[in-house]
Amino acid sequence: MSNVVRVSGVTKRFRLGKIEVQALKGVDLRIDRGEYLSIMGPSGSGKSTLFNMIGGLDKPSTGKVFIDEVDIAQLDAYELAWLRCRKIGYIFQTFNIIQVMTALENVTLPMIFAGVANDAAVQKGMKLLEQVGLGDRHSHKPFEMSGGQQQRVAIARALANDPAIILADEPTGNLDLTTGEEIIALLKRLSQERGVTVISATHDFKMLNVSDRVVWIRDGRIDKIENREELSISIGRIGARE
Amino acid sequence: MQDRIFSNRAEAPASTNRLVVLPFGKSVEIAYKSIRVRFFRSLITTLSLVLAVSFLSFTDVSNDVANGMLASGSVELRQALVRAGYDLGPEANNVASSPKQRWILILSLLVCAVGIVNAQLMAVTERFREIGTMKCLGALDRFVLRLFILEAGMQGLAGSVAGALLGAVFALLAGWVRFGGAALQQVAMMHVGASVAAATGIGVALSLLGVLYPALVAARMQPVEAMRVET
Repeated sequence: MSNVVRVSGVTKRFRLGKIEVQALKGVDLRIDRGEYLSIMGPSGSGKSTLFNMIGGLDKPSTGKVFIDEVDIAQLDAYELAWLRCRKIGYIFQTFNIIQVMTALENVTLPMIFAGVANDAAVQKGMKLLEQVGLGDRHSHKPFEMSGGQQQRVAIARALANDPAIILADEPTGNLDLTTGEEIIALLKRLSQERGVTVISATHDFKMLNVSDRVVWIRDGRIDKIENREELSISIGRIGARE
Repeated sequence: MQDRIFSNRAEAPASTNRLVVLPFGKSVEIAYKSIRVRFFRSLITTLSLVLAVSFLSFTDVSNDVANGMLASGSVELRQALVRAGYDLGPEANNVASSPKQRWILILSLLVCAVGIVNAQLMAVTERFREIGTMKCLGALDRFVLRLFILEAGMQGLAGSVAGALLGAVFALLAGWVRFGGAALQQVAMMHVGASVAAATGIGVALSLLGVLYPALVAARMQPVEAMRVET
């Protein structure tokens, strides 16, 4: 099994005014193809920083991030854009549906960037919207949709170019309990059907049930990595503690 | 899913199949929709341009009217001009804008340009998340730049044409009121047309100039901004 993502010895320092903050203090991580991985950790733990590194949105101060054994620090702007367009699908906490476009236009936009012909993009966009259960809402604008529906559009958009990786940043953070569960189930189902690697940063414990592995980040380091089998016990413990 | 994200880098056909594209027609479509959705907002951005361009066009066309009257060689019309306050020497046979007039024109255009920069910077700030999202979806810096310039170009063109026509109509009306129908018959429509075209051109140029810096700010934005929760 090849590693779709490999993080090796990554550190990241920020300057906040005069203070230097070390967000990551040396992280090593391997993520397998087709895996459903959750990154858990309190805010300020460096979780988001690590997440952005994996998505090629940020560059490490030292250390390397490999996506399919290619060091992303070596890529130029064009190759990075291509990587974001074709190989990574992003899902955001705030949905980030482009407000001026309809659901269908949002889903087809990454395909247009990828050079897919308009008709083919529309056809595939409709299919994706049907798969996330919004086939009849393709011409709706974001403000005509609920949060859960917007997140479904975002999932369809993330899948538009058949990416290898889906990066979900707190995908359920702005959703209520039931909608959040639906979104998680949808994400899990689609990732299994398509063999997509899903990496999500979260502190939603509902996410843990579907994760193959959970990476706990604390204070800029990996605290522990748990497989699903070990997980049910620790969830019980966490639930008891909280 | 088994194929690798990058085939062996050395053999990968360098740019042909790894290029992110945004066809020009699609850019125009997105820019047009963007204006239409934010119609009221665009209208306000454009309004200062309409006013400045119509002022420019009004001044130019008024001069065209006066020049037409002078070129007719009629003594009556010449006297009418002098009575209206035109500073004509005995041998003068054309009217140009006075230094003061030009100064006011330049000022008004300058104010308009600053207004456009201001409005466009606001628009960019409002759309930070949209731009960041597009970049996460694979948009290049120049897609963003192109979208903003296209939007500004369309707004500029619409606003300038409206402003230039408005100014010209008002100048002709003013000429008719001051000097009567006989004066208007002497006006060379060619010159009026040229004045309107020049005013439109200057308006579009101002609009494009004004969006340049805001569009660069937008284009250079890092996609990670899209991930930030606070708006």
